[in-house]
Amino acid sequence: MDPLQIGQSRPRGDAAAKVAGREPYAADAYPDNRLWARAVRPGVPSGRIVGLACDAALAVPGVVKVLRAGDVPGSNRQGIVHKDMPVLADDRVRCCADAVALVLAESPAAAAAGAAAVAVEIEPLPGVYDLDAALAEAAHLVHADRPGNLLARATIRKGDGADPLARCDVVVEGTFTTPVQAHAFLETESGVARLQPDGTLWMQVSTQSPFRDRFEIGHALSIPYDRIHIEAPCLGGGFGGKDGATVQCLLGLAALHADGRPVKMVWDREESFVAGYKRHACRLHYRLGARRDGTLQALHARIWYDTGAYAHLGAEVMELGMEHAAGPYRIPHALIEGWCVHTHNPTAGAMRAFGVCQVSFAFESMMDLLAQRLGMDPLALRTANALVRGDTNCAGIHLETSTGIKACLAQVARHPLWREREIWRRQAPPFKRRGVGLAAVFNAAGYGGGVRDAAIAKIEMDPTGHFIVHNAVSDMGQGNSSAFMQMAGHLLGQTADRLRIRQPDTRTAYPSGSSSAGRTTYTFGRALTFACETLKSRLLNRAGLMLFLQDDDDLVLEPDRVRHIPTDRSVTLAQLGAMMSAEERVCLGQFVAPTCKPVPDTATGFFIGFPHVIFSYSAHLARVEIDTLSGVVQVTNYLAVTDGGHVINPAMFHQQIQGGVAQGIGYALYEDFITHHGRVRTEDFTTYIIPGALDLPEIVSVACVEETEATGPFGMKGIGEVAMNGPLPAIANGVADAGMGRICRAPLTPERVLDNGVRAPATAQLQK
Amino acid sequence: MNDEKQQDAGVPEGPPEKSAVIAFTLNGTAVTVHATPDRRVIDLLREDLGLTGSKEGCGTGECGACTIMVDGRTRLACLMVAAQLEGRTVETVESLADSDTGRRVRDAFVTHGAVQCGYCTPGMAMAALAVVRESPEADRPAIREALSGNLCRCTGYVQIIDAVVHVASEER
Repeated sequence: MDPLQIGQSRPRGDAAAKVAGREPYAADAYPDNRLWARAVRPGVPSGRIVGLACDAALAVPGVVKVLRAGDVPGSNRQGIVHKDMPVLADDRVRCCADAVALVLAESPAAAAAGAAAVAVEIEPLPGVYDLDAALAEAAHLVHADRPGNLLARATIRKGDGADPLARCDVVVEGTFTTPVQAHAFLETESGVARLQPDGTLWMQVSTQSPFRDRFEIGHALSIPYDRIHIEAPCLGGGFGGKDGATVQCLLGLAALHADGRPVKMVWDREESFVAGYKRHACRLHYRLGARRDGTLQALHARIWYDTGAYAHLGAEVMELGMEHAAGPYRIPHALIEGWCVHTHNPTAGAMRAFGVCQVSFAFESMMDLLAQRLGMDPLALRTANALVRGDTNCAGIHLETSTGIKACLAQVARHPLWREREIWRRQAPPFKRRGVGLAAVFNAAGYGGGVRDAAIAKIEMDPTGHFIVHNAVSDMGQGNSSAFMQMAGHLLGQTADRLRIRQPDTRTAYPSGSSSAGRTTYTFGRALTFACETLKSRLLNRAGLMLFLQDDDDLVLEPDRVRHIPTDRSVTLAQLGAMMSAEERVCLGQFVAPTCKPVPDTATGFFIGFPHVIFSYSAHLARVEIDTLSGVVQVTNYLAVTDGGHVINPAMFHQQIQGGVAQGIGYALYEDFITHHGRVRTEDFTTYIIPGALDLPEIVSVACVEETEATGPFGMKGIGEVAMNGPLPAIANGVADAGMGRICRAPLTPERVLDNGVRAPATAQLQK
Repeated sequence: MNDEKQQDAGVPEGPPEKSAVIAFTLNGTAVTVHATPDRRVIDLLREDLGLTGSKEGCGTGECGACTIMVDGRTRLACLMVAAQLEGRTVETVESLADSDTGRRVRDAFVTHGAVQCGYCTPGMAMAALAVVRESPEADRPAIREALSGNLCRCTGYVQIIDAVVHVASEER
């Protein structure tokens, strides 16, 4: 067995245990003597609680307690930036997901029966369920202290803003609509908690942010942070939906009232759909101006995000979308306006590509409209305007880090799927039309300005000479823990069997932020490289002492030993482990991701999370075949060329890209989370359709390493999000290319395709 | 749908449920369990027997994460009740490594990068085991079809299909 190497395609460390069903997830914990917790969610999207009777519920056999807002010891408010979401609603309900009581029972069945027996009386209040209603004059306010139902209102103005549009040779215009998307991870929100005899609240939970959970729980339930102990085993998927409190505060509350018994909470699929966070629905209005030769001149984008009832990260999602609103292009003048709007819909929050996949649909559709208007090749138009290092992006940020979109586009141009497109298109069978669509997309990595994007990594050698990486950023499936093993093995010269990973534990690891924002492997990984280098030099030093060497020259760290090359004498790691104290065997490394200095004065209304300095880039191509009788769109081939800097593990890189594309194809064609007057209509996998094996093509992922990212560990940058941004615009452009008209409302359902194609065959027409 | 469920759940439970003695073969071993006849098999496996390899992704038969084999055929543990196991032969993912074919499925999932978050994986592996056992001649489209009842939110399926195609070619 060879030591692990960076750049090797190798199986993930967790794969074998996961296939065999041995990986322990939070949902798999069934502690003895457990109680079950279930939230009572009346399902009324807007109203005042006027009565809450628990007698009947308490009479249900097996029901132990029914807790209400008055039983919450702390602020009873949760939220990452704005603490506005009650753990248990006390006075008002603002969306159908609001919980008003929490039932503790001996079994899930008793908990469900108890929850159904809680008598809640709610006086309905007016509700606002779409952007227009929420923004109307004198609209009912979701929060009395947020006038206009605006959580945030922000502007980016670069150059002369929108004014130069009046002087452009050509201006194209479009209005776009994107749906709510659900994360639909296979492991629903879940965890177990117990109040320990010493007063510590212990919790094992499916979470992307174990350290931040302490703040959420501590604030909501009035528990000191040092009395909260969180463990975050591997997640059965996250995608942003487990970034922020889901079950945490409810479980904590339950544990406080469980007389020391452990409490388990697992949301069933329906509850996950109803109460989980969602991707923001958006409306986008774009005007894009260019010279006759295709040089982009000016953009005016107006973007409305429906953020639902509570803040979560709504404002930050909008801001990131705005920062990407002009695409990976050089545009001298831009005015980008954003409105983050409260409604009584379920709360929208973080989801993979965090506000960016919405604007990607708009700007990449606009690029094809512009190419069509100018009679230009859509790939040539993109290439001519693509950002390069040294350019200033639409947010006014001077790009000083790796900027590979041009190289990605060049790879697409060379690919047979592009070069042979005309022949393929002409070979469409009867009653089918074929088209090829492109998308050039990007996605920022890191938290952005105003929030310290930092990590503290810990590596330990145990007394037997084996290594433990103390991961502090949850592994929700993206494989960061395997990447960390690979980094540690590479730096320490160790084989896979000498390394193991410990998943996040707030008692043994250090605060390192959330698993999110394309920063997980990047930030923690860089910190880990420092920790490993420190440990390596320490091991060499101690071995040198044991070998009576004057200095550490010519000592090498090998699997199982440190060897002195000239004399071939060595000390085993077990000997070193036995000699060194526990304290000596542990090394920490810290890293803070780079920020933009000075911040340009292009943005107003931004609070945190602006601007970013590192972006991954991707050029996508979709070949689509449309059944002209049914309107069904099938993606027959998909190519994603991605600039993620240097690739740590190609197999895992392609996993991330293919998975992001798959979610993006779902977003483009099938996924539509529907509410009616604030009530959820899609609460299972029969009504909310995610792609199955027959719905997706063979997705081809190509890594484009034009340049490495100098700030990242081993030259990498995060690629977890960027792939999500391409499919919707690439497919919409493919449908238009097939002569089915331009569809500006996603998802591209057969009805919309057919309706659009029949009304406007082969011409670009905007669907309002 | 919501209302119906709540009404059903709202009926207070009657006298303590009678548990039945149910005997079946589980992963090669004869077992006898005491369970209410209507106990969902997914709960029986996970909660009562500690076999948490089978996952619950939806509870309504849509996602396939709880795929097990009953008398050699794939079944969804969330849609079966304990009484239906009487006299049957049940295989869960915990027995995957007990057969050559199962080990090949496991190894192929690992080496082909078919695993990400891993929550769909045990069910997917059982569905894969079924297809390579029953139809090793299955080609790539047939394997796609055979796995189409198992949802995965992480992978895009490409590497899963790669893994199963590989095992099928070995089994032929």
